[in-house]
Amino acid sequence: MSSRGGEPAVKVAVCVKQVATLGDEVEFTDDERDVDPDFLDHALNEWDSYATEEALQLVERAGEGEVVVVSVGDDDAEDAMRRVLAMGAGRGIRIWSDGLTGADPITVARALAGVVREESPDLVLCGVQSSDSVQAATGVALAELLGLPHVAVVTKVSLGEGAATVNRELEGGLVDVVEVDTPCVLTIQTGINEPRYATLRAIKQAEQKEIEVREPDAVGEPAYRVRRMFVPPKGEGAEMLDGSPTEIAQRIKEIVQERLA
Amino acid sequence: MSVLVVAEHLRGRLRPVTLELVSAARELEGPTAVAVVARDPAAFADALSVEGVDEIVAARVDVDEFENDVYRAAVETLLEERRPEVTLVGFTVDSMGYAPAVAAKLDLGFASDVFAVRHEDGALVAERSFYGAKVNAELEFPGKERVLLMLRPTAWPAAGGQGTPSMSEVAVSAPASRARHRDFVEVQAGDVDITTADFLLSVGRGIGDKENLPQFEELAAKLGATLSVSRPIVDAGWMPNSRQVGQSGKTVTPKVYLALGISGAVQHLAGMKTSGTIIAVNSDPEAAIFNVAHYGAVADLFEVAEELEKLL
Ligand SMILES: Cc1cc2nc3c(=O)[nH]c(=O)nc-3n(C[C@H](O)[C@H](O)[C@H](O)COP(=O)(O)OP(=O)(O)OC[C@H]3O[C@@H](n4cnc5c(N)ncnc54)[C@H](O)[C@@H]3O)c2cc1C
Ligand SMILES: Nc1ncnc2c1ncn2[C@@H]1O[C@H](COP(=O)(O)O)[C@@H](O)[C@H]1O
Repeated sequence: MSSRGGEPAVKVAVCVKQVATLGDEVEFTDDERDVDPDFLDHALNEWDSYATEEALQLVERAGEGEVVVVSVGDDDAEDAMRRVLAMGAGRGIRIWSDGLTGADPITVARALAGVVREESPDLVLCGVQSSDSVQAATGVALAELLGLPHVAVVTKVSLGEGAATVNRELEGGLVDVVEVDTPCVLTIQTGINEPRYATLRAIKQAEQKEIEVREPDAVGEPAYRVRRMFVPPKGEGAEMLDGSPTEIAQRIKEIVQERLA
Repeated sequence: MSVLVVAEHLRGRLRPVTLELVSAARELEGPTAVAVVARDPAAFADALSVEGVDEIVAARVDVDEFENDVYRAAVETLLEERRPEVTLVGFTVDSMGYAPAVAAKLDLGFASDVFAVRHEDGALVAERSFYGAKVNAELEFPGKERVLLMLRPTAWPAAGGQGTPSMSEVAVSAPASRARHRDFVEVQAGDVDITTADFLLSVGRGIGDKENLPQFEELAAKLGATLSVSRPIVDAGWMPNSRQVGQSGKTVTPKVYLALGISGAVQHLAGMKTSGTIIAVNSDPEAAIFNVAHYGAVADLFEVAEELEKLL
């Protein structure tokens, strides 16, 4: 974490994903292997805003450094990258080739690895998971490809000399305190900090920041292939309470009274 | 299909997910070996001698608690020596720490948060969801001789009965850990214990603003319910962790669980889906919470809350 001949003191690479959200209507592509893109909205992955905030705070605490945002996505994904740049990241690198649509997390990690390695950051931060596909796998796969130590599901980070002390949050909220050698890859959990809002001025300035576009190295064979996507069968499902809010409230009251009796 | 299950344990206790993995393995019709990566693997032999386990493989290592480098090395060795067609681990925080690394290194077929498995004409098929759990997908693994799956906890029943597995050992040489366990810090006990309540009123991000919270505290009091919350409410610092329902919070089984503005993410459902009666109010008709709810209403939670308050 020392200054290397004029280079920034702490360099953090943050991997961010533009996630897709589905409203209350869905249609599938003709081959039924994915949702028709017309039915999708987009947003910055919630976990990645926490990872970005953590990166910014680590650099601020060190007094000197740089946050580089890296994303695998088509040109639409630059919206999410601009949000992160508006929060304070310095520059962006977007990685894309057509074969990456709907890629599995190992493939995404392979697409990220070359660029992240070239940047040789002191720290790589990912989110624990992406809200749309809940893989919780990209960060740790990336760590393996980079040959770096790693910790998944981190709720606290303090950097030391050659190592960091981090909290890893287990089921039930139990915290495992882990000492991890640096450089390393951490996957960041929500709640670790309070992500800052970008000011209008920062959003304007972010428009001017550089986003370099790169092709990935060879990504190999996919880890899975989607055979078919479908709306889950409703099964017995919930009995729906119809009517006005008054009628719904009345029914809820009755059900509660009956079950507690 | 030959299956290797990786046992999970914490502070000397086998974690329940392990026996669920055994149930999933049975659906693949085995043979099934369970690997125990531990300082004293024999200590878990009794708990693992259940129906469906053909073999227990001891991988002796030099640490007491989970460290991802140790598991990574041990599971890699097991996969290279035994070459199971399918490896099953939990979709848990520990496994998130090493399983994707093993899959990347060995170029395995891989999928996480899987809730159904089967083989069709000798080929493995796994199911998981996408797009906020609103659609499901069948996955296949063309060209992969070995597949590693991370299975959703509580999706299978725990295996039981008495088994008579054979015992074997695999020598692993784990490298020095680059991420070392130092300590555990317990969760702080809260003012109330939501796990003992008969009636939970549970609110999620749908309540929008911190200013809206007192209204639901009052509603809970009037209803005779205890207020619980989803994770975003705790992340925002509006409520203490002790009120959180879900995988990283509390597992609850009240008689009635009334959820307002909670989408039904897998980690939330893990903590409440076995509640007696689940009632969900959400403005999104496709919210995943309706898949586990007994009663659902597509409505604005504030309007329903106001009307409910008037009735009390
Ligand atoms: C390792 C790990 C552990 C986790 N542990 C937990 C855990 O223990 N507990 C937990 O809850 N989460 C946990 N999570 C987070 C989880 O993945 C989800 O992010 C979280 O559960 C979402 O909470 P929510 O449903 O309140 O918010 P959202 O998903 O944002 O849903 C809000 C819902 O409110 C509805 N809504 C909005 N406005 C209204 C209105 N006016 N009227 C009616 N409905 C409205 C929306 O339609 C939406 O469905 C964990 C995640 C990870 C990675
Ligand atoms: N397309 C992507 N581009 C950059 N980073 C990604 C991408 N997909 C996933 N990630 C990173 O991996 C984390 C976990 O995502 P996932 O493994 O898909 O659940 C995210 O929070 C991001 O940090």
